[in-house]
Amino acid sequence: MLKYTIRRILGMIPMLFLISIVVFSLAKLMPGDSLSGEIDPANTDPQYIAEMRDKLGYNDPVHEQYLRWISNFMQGDFGKSTRYKIPASEIIAERMPNTIFLGLMSLLITYVFAFLMGSYAGRKPYTLGDNFISAFNYIGLALPSFIAGVFAIYIFAFNLGWFPSNGSVDISLEQGTLSYWISRFHHVLLPAIVLGALSTASYTQFLRNDIIENTRKDYVRTARAKGTPEHKIYRSHIMRNSIIPVVTFLGIDIGLLVSGAIITETIFTYPGIGQLFLSSVTQRDYPVLMAITMLLSFLTLFGNLIADILYGIVDPRIRLD
Amino acid sequence: MSNLVHKEASLLEVKNLETAFSIDGAYYNAVDKVSFSIKPGQIVGVVGESGCGKSVLSLSIMQLLPKGNGEIRSGEITFEGVQLNQLSDTEMNRIRGRDISMIFQEPMTSLNPVFTIGYQLQEVLFNHMKISKGDARQKSIALLKSVGISRPEKLVDEYPHQLSGGMRQRVMIAMAIACQPKLLIADEPTTALDVTVQAQILELLKTIQEVNDMSIILITHDLGVIAEMCDEVLVMYAGRIIERSDAESLFYKPMHPYTELLLGAIPKMDEEAGMLSSIEGMVPSLKNMPETGCRFALRCPKVKPECSAVTPLLEEVEEGHSVSCILYETSMPRKGVKP
Repeated sequence: MLKYTIRRILGMIPMLFLISIVVFSLAKLMPGDSLSGEIDPANTDPQYIAEMRDKLGYNDPVHEQYLRWISNFMQGDFGKSTRYKIPASEIIAERMPNTIFLGLMSLLITYVFAFLMGSYAGRKPYTLGDNFISAFNYIGLALPSFIAGVFAIYIFAFNLGWFPSNGSVDISLEQGTLSYWISRFHHVLLPAIVLGALSTASYTQFLRNDIIENTRKDYVRTARAKGTPEHKIYRSHIMRNSIIPVVTFLGIDIGLLVSGAIITETIFTYPGIGQLFLSSVTQRDYPVLMAITMLLSFLTLFGNLIADILYGIVDPRIRLD
Repeated sequence: MSNLVHKEASLLEVKNLETAFSIDGAYYNAVDKVSFSIKPGQIVGVVGESGCGKSVLSLSIMQLLPKGNGEIRSGEITFEGVQLNQLSDTEMNRIRGRDISMIFQEPMTSLNPVFTIGYQLQEVLFNHMKISKGDARQKSIALLKSVGISRPEKLVDEYPHQLSGGMRQRVMIAMAIACQPKLLIADEPTTALDVTVQAQILELLKTIQEVNDMSIILITHDLGVIAEMCDEVLVMYAGRIIERSDAESLFYKPMHPYTELLLGAIPKMDEEAGMLSSIEGMVPSLKNMPETGCRFALRCPKVKPECSAVTPLLEEVEEGHSVSCILYETSMPRKGVKP
């Protein structure tokens, strides 16, 4: 398994190299640059803009620009944000805890609810309870998060006043105190529910269908013929098999943990990576944009690796070597 | 079969069993008014072509019919004086695996791929007896040894995919005999295996049967297996038992035209190679089953006009040999079960 892991990590290097070319090209293909976004064209001397472009290296040949970026990148220098004038890594590091907190909360909501609803619906398919869960799930799947988010803010934040409508914490509170953490939790809950609802819906249906399929398997009949009680058949024999495909999702989720919430974070003005990503696009803040994209690519590859290793653990038929 | 066994009380008695499947809201009998009994220590073969209801019959006895689809509509299944089809699932769980156990046709898929052989063997022990983990492990190793597995200490920690088909079927047999059941139902236990492995598995079943003195219902479509193993044979066609006899007289004196054709379809070593003989036509599907008359009439070479009008009963024609065909006049007093 260790050998397999090392081989996979080494295999990521050429992959990341190719990704870096795509990321750089996409950034270059965007119309405009950080100067056209930042400076009021009516009030700025065109000569100054031309000078700045030259100084920032925007007039150099593309391959030189790429080589400069990638060699700095590999040395851990992700460049300076053209908007905040501080290193991109600092801005990302500052936003990261908020995003991870939101991601973990929404994953927790997803897994707990999907597991409860999916195993119930799989065990009692085509009953009233199953239909109710299905209806709930289809609504969850059909509602885009920007609609769900707006309605959630309108109903639960404005009308009912149960949750704050924006931000990640009440800024008047002192960092590290209990009430500070309660406030953070309070702020993250509504976006986490909105974010988690979509994946809850698909995971629930997936788990349900897999359980129904496994119920018809020969080994379930064998377990019944041994006199194993029904609840134990579901709890051990079927669940243990139905978990295997869900592991695929877990790998993808590790990538989503960090990227997941571009739209949701923006609607809730929650200061995380997703919101930073979107504003960096509009401001043409290339260094931040490229650093985030590279980070997400790496996490996606890493998530796939984790999923493959988990496969080897939950399914004895898969051997990693 | 010795007369001594005949005098004993039946271990299992099936009376007028009707098991039906619902198709588009209507019920169709897959097993139709089947009656038979098994005495302790007896091996009874059930033979018939695919779809004749042999598997449904065995699942009915085990109360393992697919829920919401298959259903016992009427009849009685009595095991040691207890009517199985009246029991709740919890009560039935105490019998399944302990008093009656079953092995299946497909050893490749009948074991759970994610659990070790040891876990799956010990499960049946934990279900039915109070036993410590260590003892259960020792017992499962002993069981594997008793079904002829050469390295049981290693095998308990292996997974089903690491085993060959024959080995898996041995594991299934070890699981089935773990609690020394009184009745073993073997549903085509050798169909999916190589011929050489088939012989070994049958040999093993016979040895275990003699040692444990259990009864076996052996379901098969292989008449050779019947000849090798069984005391008594039930021939099924389209959900009904059409002939019942001891194994020897079935082979020497088949009565029902269907049985005759079945025996005729076995290729013989000393014959010229040519076309294999077969039975023309197909078993009518559940939905198209004729309501009255003999269900084999459409394919029968000896068919008479009244065959499709009169439903024949299973009647004892000779001592220990019953047939359900109007060609045979009963010389014995009528004992057949009226539907």
